Amino acid sequence: MELSEIIEILKDLHPEVDFDTCTTLIDDKILNSFDIISVIAEISDRFDISIPAGEIVAENFNSAQALFSLVSRLSDDD
Amino acid sequence: MLFTSSTFIFFLLLLFSLYYIIPRRFQWQLLLAASYVFYAFAGWECLVFIALTTVSAYFSSIRLTKLHESQSAYLKAHKGELSKEEKKAYKSSMDKKRMAWLLVGILYNLLVLAVLKYTNFAIGNINSLLDLFTADTSIPMLNLILPMGISFYIFQTTGYIIDVWRNKYQAEQNFFKLALFVSFFPQLVQGPISRFDQLSQTLFSEHRFNLRQITFGLQRILWGFFKKLIIADRLLPAVSALVANPDEYTGTYVVLEMIFWGVTLYADFTGGIDITIGIAETLGITLAENFERPFFSKNIEEYWRRWHITMGSWFRDYVFYPVSVCKSMLKLSKWSREKLGANIGKRVPVYLSTLIVWFVTGLWHGASWNFIIWGLLNGVIIIISQELRPLYEKFHEKTSIGGTKGYAVFQMARTFFLMSTLRMLDCYRDVGTCFKQFGTIFYKFNPQILWNGDVLKLGVSAADFAVVGAGVLVMLAVSLIGRSGSVRKKLSKQHISLRYAVVFLLAFSILIFGAYGAGYDSSQFIYNQF
Amino acid sequence: MKKQTTKRILAAVMAACIWAGSFIFLQGLFMPKYMSEIPEGALIAEYYKETTPHDVVFVGDCEVYENFSPVTLWEKYGITSFIRGSAQQLMWQSYYLMEETLKYEKPKVFVFNVLAMQYDTPQSEAYNRLNIDGMRLSAQKIKSAKASMTEGEDLLSYVFPILRYHSRWNDIKAEDFKYIIARDKVSHNGFLMRADVKAVDSIPYVVPLADYQFGENSYKYLDMMTKLCKDNGVELILIKAPSLYPAWYDEWDEQMAQYAKENDLTYINFLSGLTTAEDGKTQVINFPSLPAVGEDGAAVSSSDMPSSDTGGEEQKAQDNGSLDFSVDTYDMGLHLNLSGAEKLTEYFGKFLSENYEFKPHTDEDLLLIWEEKVNTYNQMKADQYRELEEYGYLKSFGAKPPKEAEKELSSGDLNKSENDLSSGDLKKENTEISD
Repeated sequence: MELSEIIEILKDLHPEVDFDTCTTLIDDKILNSFDIISVIAEISDRFDISIPAGEIVAENFNSAQALFSLVSRLSDDD
Repeated sequence: MLFTSSTFIFFLLLLFSLYYIIPRRFQWQLLLAASYVFYAFAGWECLVFIALTTVSAYFSSIRLTKLHESQSAYLKAHKGELSKEEKKAYKSSMDKKRMAWLLVGILYNLLVLAVLKYTNFAIGNINSLLDLFTADTSIPMLNLILPMGISFYIFQTTGYIIDVWRNKYQAEQNFFKLALFVSFFPQLVQGPISRFDQLSQTLFSEHRFNLRQITFGLQRILWGFFKKLIIADRLLPAVSALVANPDEYTGTYVVLEMIFWGVTLYADFTGGIDITIGIAETLGITLAENFERPFFSKNIEEYWRRWHITMGSWFRDYVFYPVSVCKSMLKLSKWSREKLGANIGKRVPVYLSTLIVWFVTGLWHGASWNFIIWGLLNGVIIIISQELRPLYEKFHEKTSIGGTKGYAVFQMARTFFLMSTLRMLDCYRDVGTCFKQFGTIFYKFNPQILWNGDVLKLGVSAADFAVVGAGVLVMLAVSLIGRSGSVRKKLSKQHISLRYAVVFLLAFSILIFGAYGAGYDSSQFIYNQF
Repeated sequence: MKKQTTKRILAAVMAACIWAGSFIFLQGLFMPKYMSEIPEGALIAEYYKETTPHDVVFVGDCEVYENFSPVTLWEKYGITSFIRGSAQQLMWQSYYLMEETLKYEKPKVFVFNVLAMQYDTPQSEAYNRLNIDGMRLSAQKIKSAKASMTEGEDLLSYVFPILRYHSRWNDIKAEDFKYIIARDKVSHNGFLMRADVKAVDSIPYVVPLADYQFGENSYKYLDMMTKLCKDNGVELILIKAPSLYPAWYDEWDEQMAQYAKENDLTYINFLSGLTTAEDGKTQVINFPSLPAVGEDGAAVSSSDMPSSDTGGEEQKAQDNGSLDFSVDTYDMGLHLNLSGAEKLTEYFGKFLSENYEFKPHTDEDLLLIWEEKVNTYNQMKADQYRELEEYGYLKSFGAKPPKEAEKELSSGDLNKSENDLSSGDLKKENTEISD
């Protein structure tokens, strides 16, 4: 799993955003809750991991990098 | 004890003086005692319920934290010794134990809420069903008490248990501190619904007498009274009159009802929250904000991020997300994408979760079909606007209208009227009446009531309307000033004479123009009943 | 730094003064003034304008302030008096007025009209206001308010009446500005003068009651009055004024006579001589001779116990005077008018002067003050008779044609809820009358 895959998933939803640099996806309301759910569904589908609801907090979704770390951590745990 | 009663003002004054006289380490204990005294005014039965909720939360959360700790201790101690399978098996056994304690904690609370709040609603519906089949059997309604603010403190407590279960933070070890978190009196009546990790930062700490903070708190309390007493309570009789007689008040009256009720509810609810947050502020405690100028929202989704914020985020974090990412929903997501194609398929689970969360939100607001329909309609409108988004964006690209101020105002007005339409379900007695009333707007043309004096027959005189109008203008001005930062901070930078003058005018306008005392039924805060 | 602190303190002090000043000003502005309408509301406060002591102080409801004339009492017998009466004054309100009066002076006699015994519980916010708002802030005022409050009333609004009257913002008139600081006198030592006549034209039908026993609470305050007077060495005289309505039942009369006997008090029922004249229509009271106050300080005259010498009624009527309800009432027997009040006062004054030793007043100032009072009284009396001559009804203060006055009481200064109450009460009284 690569960071680029995460960015790809995000780009699918918001092609206009530069996910390499943006670190305020939640704080600036770029991603709404619909987007978050779509992303989670996509990730769990592709990488076969589940993101528990408790992990859906701003810190984990503010940037592609943060999301990538979350996914890595969760898949390591398994 | 109503916030607007003199008993409450005495209670506050007494608490306030004691609070800053006693040794600071006892401050939180005083708050606990005060909260229970406050709650006892609502009836001793209420105390039993809130105490039981506290007990349930205390024991389940302590167990949950213990299980988390022993899990990480075990894994640390056996690091490298366990195979991946063994580790997984251990974890899942611990997960099961935690799930059991989570259920103990939240099921008790949700059951209490369900029984007290929804039994009669359920019985009523069963009876209607029975009516269809048999003529003469019916289950009698139960005479249950609904303790004040129970929806709020049970939600707050449930959120706490779930957070501990999620290991977001550790359980509070001091029973009485937890009891204070559950019962902190300013927010008992109508929220905000606090989160433990936020509130505990200031709730249990020692507070010095901080003049600036206290001044800010008092100003906010005054502002709350202004909205509540000058606007909401003065306009409420008109709403009541319009709603009590739907057959007579149709057409333009319905539009008036929508506007009046929107203004009344906003002034009442935000006024109450201002008083709540202001009281906490005078005690040195920071509560979460519950509103962010919601009537400036450009769409409903935004509106719900800015209106009753703590409730919205509660439903999002504890209902919407868990439902959306639960296993069966993810399965459904996979299935629908395979069968219906990626484009439609990915929407199915999200929209289903949306409807579920809004159904629950409606139910929470009140045990009636009005609120269920209200909730579902909110969900449907949010979904529709989500679907229309690309269309709007295209439209904005092609025309230059998108960014203009006029368009923004149009969007705000649109959101206001959409929400006001939905809010009719708060008022009219049943769903059918609501739709019927709404329909009359389009075929009953009677705008002459606006100038022929009929509006003044609703129990609100011309002078009253003038006062309400002036109040609304002040409210609007304050909102506009508040867009670029705290109004009180801005005020504090002004010359001392201006500062005094503003507070003076605020206080005296409440004293004179407030709708209180003999001749007014000091209405309970409207949100209290939910 | 130091300079700034001083500045801040100065600003705070100044602000506090402005706050307090504005509050007091607004409170004064918003209080109903009762100058051109509902003069009853101004009565209680007028006591504080008095500068000289009184031999006799009356307390009670409209049956004292409409039926006795202190100026007559002064002119005929040299007795100084004041009426601390107000509309539908309740037992506890009367008691606390007595208690408060004793803070200012020690009269020789308190006269209390017992009609209020019928009310065992708080009655109406509107009347509470008329009774209590006029009192100066004192422990007695607070206690009186506490005892009087009906459901939903707030003690704080008696301490700060602006909390009650702020809703008059829409109703402020020139009068409210004019009388912020000082008000005109509407009464003559508590007597509200009405010279007009509206004769009694029917014999009342008295509705029988299920229970005639006065309530425990009423007795509690009557006991407190008795004790207060005993403790302070003041004579307490219980009276029932000669108003034909509301009804004064024989069963009530017996209880009062009994109470007076047991407590060595004087009780006079002025209604006891009530008869119907030969035409079968006119109601007349031929005042009977009152028994002298005995050693124990008690004398009882009630309908139950007619005076011992029964012979020669005619003669007695001449001796003691009489009331004729075809000329001595302004509202068909509810209240006496000026001529009735003067006759009654003359009769009662005789009893007072014969039974109690009042020291003759020689103080120059006092004599001057009373001379002034007599002049004002005669002036108003002349004015009222002139108006009656000219217009056929009383045009100026407190004396409008009855219908109009009634309308004002129900739609005047007081706010909505009060209206309902007061007009409700009026209706009640009216039905009693027409019944």
